[in-house]
Formats: sequence, C-alpha cells, structure tokens
Amino acid sequence: MDPEVPVLSVVDLGVIRAVDVEGRQVRVTITPTYTGCPAMDMIAMQIRMALLGAGYEPTIKTILSPAWTTDWMTEKGKQQLKAYGIAPPVGKSIDAAYLEDLVVPCPQCQSTHTVLVSQFGSTACKALFKCEECKEPFDYFKCH
Amino acid sequence: MATAKNEIDFLLHLADNALIIGHRNSEWCGHGPILEQDIAITNIALDYIGQARNLYQHAAELINQHADKIELTQTGKDISLPVTEDSLAYLRDVVEFKNLLITEIPNGDWAQTTLRLFLLSQFQLELFTQLLKHEDAQVAAIAEKSIKEISYHVKWSQDWVLRLGDGTEESKRRMQQAIDAIWAYTGEMFIQPEYATATCLNYAAIQTAWNQKVTAIFEEAGLLIPAKTFVQKGGATGMHTEHLGYILAEMQYLQRAYPNSEW
Repeated sequence: MDPEVPVLSVVDLGVIRAVDVEGRQVRVTITPTYTGCPAMDMIAMQIRMALLGAGYEPTIKTILSPAWTTDWMTEKGKQQLKAYGIAPPVGKSIDAAYLEDLVVPCPQCQSTHTVLVSQFGSTACKALFKCEECKEPFDYFKCH
Repeated sequence: MATAKNEIDFLLHLADNALIIGHRNSEWCGHGPILEQDIAITNIALDYIGQARNLYQHAAELINQHADKIELTQTGKDISLPVTEDSLAYLRDVVEFKNLLITEIPNGDWAQTTLRLFLLSQFQLELFTQLLKHEDAQVAAIAEKSIKEISYHVKWSQDWVLRLGDGTEESKRRMQQAIDAIWAYTGEMFIQPEYATATCLNYAAIQTAWNQKVTAIFEEAGLLIPAKTFVQKGGATGMHTEHLGYILAEMQYLQRAYPNSEW
C-alpha cells in the first residue's frame, strides 16, 4: 500500500517495474513517483518486510529510467483513488498542454466546473483543486 | 582519468545547484504568503532535494569507483572513503561547492524568490533536455526524471512573474526591482564550466532558448530587461558570495558538531 494514499497498492500505483523470482531469492525493481518523495524509502522497506515475513530473501533495486508516469497507474487504481476522494490523473502524460487547460471532474459530485487552486498539494504527487458546484476542495493526482 | 573527474565535477555542480536552491526555497516553509503557496514552494524545495540526492548518489558511486585515480576534492580533509550522498552534502566546505551564485543569494521578497526560480528553472529545463543524450545512461535517467518536475517549477514561477509584473503598481515595482537585483547573476549560467565536457552540451543553444523564453514572458508582463550589466561569476569553480558560508553553517552544523549522528 502507498503510505500516503492507503487505498492504493504499489502495483496499481505503477511503481513496481519488475519482480524476478529464483527459488527463495526475490528481486524487486521499483521506481520513484517523485525524486523527493519521502514515501519511497518506506515503500521499499514495507516490500522488504512483507517478503521477509513470507520467507523470501528480497533485494530491492531502484531505477529512474524509464521515468514513472501516471500512465502506469492501473484502471483499478484510478477508481480506488476516486472512491477515496482524490481525483485520478486525467489524460496522458508528456502532453505539455495538460498544464494549461486541464478539466478535472470533482471526485465528490462529478461536476467539471472546477478550478485549480495550486499545482502543488498535500504531497509531491498531488495538486489542489476546488469544485465550484459543491464548493469542496479536493486533491488531484497529477498527470505526470 | 580526466573524463571521470570531469563527470564527477559536473555531477557535483548540478547536485550543488539543486541542494542550495532547495535549501533557499525551504526557508519559506511556514512563511509563504498564503497556505497554498507555502505548500507549493515547500514541494518545489522537496523536488530539488530529491534531485540533489540522485545526483550525489551517482557522483558518490563514480568517486568510489575511481578513488585511487583521482584527487577527491580540493581539501577533502573531512571526507573518508567510501563517500556517500550525505558526506558530499554535509562534509564539503565552501570552496568545494560548485553551485551557481544565483542559487545562493538570499531569497529577498516573494517577487525575488519566484523570479529567481523562473530564471533558474528555465535554464535547468534547457540543460536537462540536452542531458537526455548524455552517454552515461544514469545521467540521462536523472535528467528524464528531473525534467518532469522542473516543468512544474517553470510553470508555477512563470505564473508569478506574470501575475506580479502585470499586477498592481506595487507588485510591478517589486518584480522590476527583483529583476534589477538578480540580473547580474544570470550570465554565469551560460558560461560552460571547464569540467562540462559531455558532447551533448551546447551552452550557446541553452542561452538562445532561454533568452527567447524569458524575453517573451517579460514582454507579456510589461517588465524590462536591464541594460548590459557586469556578470557575477565564480560559483561553478568554488568562488562564492559570503551567503553560501551561512547556508552551509546552518545545514552542516549537526554533522560537524556530532559526526556520524543519525536520527
């Protein structure tokens, strides 16, 4: 589970890039969402603990390339985010225009009448939006 | 091992830029004009510290690999092998830091802080885009990751330059004052350091692209570029303003006072 978004598994988040199993040896390759994300060390430790608990000998490797994008988040993951009250990423990454005219539906009332309050939210991976219909502020998981 | 030494110095240059600008931005934590902007600049600081970590880790790896063939640092007296990201950040002194002067000058007001970030992140965006073609795959990977974050920094800081420049009389005065104060530090970004020998680098092209973008935003905001000024330089070779000493004194205090302490 993502320690900051405790409804999302790290597989659905898309940070697990590979798992190689050879007998009891397990090699897990992970990639950070953001370079400064403090949750990464914790995620790596939790994977380690889970595998040790299950009787495996884990090694965790971190890679930076190809860089993580929200395109790797699974459809299930996006639905879970929404149910949790965080608007999932809209559209594809690497599209420079997405920063300009982005329409994010409110995860509470589904209205598309929303405004960006700040590109930076409660964690490195989120932006802050406000719904003009139900007046609720909400987090948006940045498309990246 | 001229090549390895150059790459290590270049990595330290990039890492020091990221660490020092990250530290400067983090000084706003708890002091931002409103909560959302306080969170924004703190997030940006965090991105930079993350980038600094990646760059220091890779530099440390190369230093340890080539330790027998290269002079570690100019003084190097406090660092023992194997070096780590932490020893590179916490145990080098002012003359060993290679960050650009623009990263270490004080924050000033909100206009100066956002302007500095705009000028610097626009430069970094161009530089890191060239580094995508670096022959060392790990450097290219760090660049690829960093570009995604820097794009947000450019967008955010550019919005502030426009908002204040094209805002009230007072906000415009503040932004123009910030430009006049910082401009002398921008020239250093385009002086190719001697150790920046990677073939993918073209500083003249960076400067051209940077000039175009900065001029366009200033024009839109009704801001003026100062007439030709003296270029303040030296940071990339270890000659710093007095400000860096104070930053390091604060940042390195704990490791200097209580070596190897952890918490």
